[in-house]
Amino acid sequence: MELLVDIALLGLLLVTAVAIAWARDLLAAVMLAGIYGLLSASFFMVMGAVDVAFTEAAVGAGISPLLMLATLSLTGRFQAGTDTRRVLFSLSLVILVGALLVAATLDMPAFGSPEAPAQQHVAPRYITESMNEIGIPNIVTSVLASYRAYDTLGEVVVIFTAGLGVLALLMSLPPQGEPVRGELLSPMRGHRILRVIGKILIPPILVFALYVQFHGEYGPGGGFQAGVIFAVGFILYAMLFGLDVVARVVSNAVVQVIAAVGVLLYGTVGLLGMLTGNNYLDYRDLAGDPVTGQHIGIIAIELGVGITVASVMMLVFFVFSGQLAGRRAG
Amino acid sequence: MLVAALYNYWIVIALMMIGLFVVILGGNLVKKIIGLNIFQTSVFIFYISVGKVDGGSAPILTEGVELYSNPLPHVLILTAIVVGIATTALALALAIRIKQAYGTIEERDIQTRDSQC
Repeated sequence: MELLVDIALLGLLLVTAVAIAWARDLLAAVMLAGIYGLLSASFFMVMGAVDVAFTEAAVGAGISPLLMLATLSLTGRFQAGTDTRRVLFSLSLVILVGALLVAATLDMPAFGSPEAPAQQHVAPRYITESMNEIGIPNIVTSVLASYRAYDTLGEVVVIFTAGLGVLALLMSLPPQGEPVRGELLSPMRGHRILRVIGKILIPPILVFALYVQFHGEYGPGGGFQAGVIFAVGFILYAMLFGLDVVARVVSNAVVQVIAAVGVLLYGTVGLLGMLTGNNYLDYRDLAGDPVTGQHIGIIAIELGVGITVASVMMLVFFVFSGQLAGRRAG
Repeated sequence: MLVAALYNYWIVIALMMIGLFVVILGGNLVKKIIGLNIFQTSVFIFYISVGKVDGGSAPILTEGVELYSNPLPHVLILTAIVVGIATTALALALAIRIKQAYGTIEERDIQTRDSQC
């Protein structure tokens, strides 16, 4: 049964990817990319990677198509034709590389084999020891926020930097024309059904985000997922009621500061570990006994991750739709 | 036997090659970014496939369950997905800036404009 689901999902992924490559209409390609994201999330679920599926569903099927659609409305919907020579050249190159890669897989251990080298190294230790050392059931969170916390700090800084990059690229150039207020910024404003349903849905989305944030130690979830879901609540509100309404709650400037606060919180917790005489990001001695210390450390840095991810996603959306508003006015 | 053991990786390679095809075929920059995303997701699928253990459950410790999937690839890919959307946003922002500076995001037209100056 699992094999069938697996093959069906992989087949659908393949078909969707071919359709994306085929599509000349970029709007169709973006919608298909959303489906592709949802399908890969389902595949991760079948593979037992619940945390990953969670993230991919929120990112690949949610925010990523949204940003691409915003871009398309600025850059145009259709792509120009390509000449046949180039298609043949690319196709033969891709087939050659693919054949070489397939030849390389012949030496790989069988799929799902417990004896594969990937299953031998540190993973057994994480599975057998993490309950004693960290004391939380979700191994993914233990590894993410404690064993490999330094790694995660790097990822958070990358996200923060990418947010800064978007800001630097698009804020330096103020949108042409007078700033627009009102309906131009929220084309959905006239849709009463969407507004009512949106109003009902947004509070549960935000509460759910907080649940995912703080329950991440016991079930699937954590700062990355919660941050994305939290941002989605605000983005939905901005789409339905307008950017100017959201700006009254969180303005662009506030989001920028909050993004930095998240990274700072993460880094500071690491320093606290050093103050107790341990390595950077080692929170063993933050409380009386090591397990409680780990708990406090993990909650604090997951909060830092959540804050940064949420505010960077919101920042990117605000900047993109700011451009959109400028273009509509100009 | 060989097919049953490795088909997963072959489909990953096929997806990867479709992504690569969209990227090197050229043309529209947004299409290229979508291709890059397909390529990226195929790497995610590869990592998660490598971490799968036959009969293993999701890596959340539960009473009575002995066999778990490998949590390490999950951690790596979980963060990679969010980093991926952040870098995609940066790429899309670049495409918007290129549109403003050149008036087009078709690669050929951009190169023609460049060679004129």
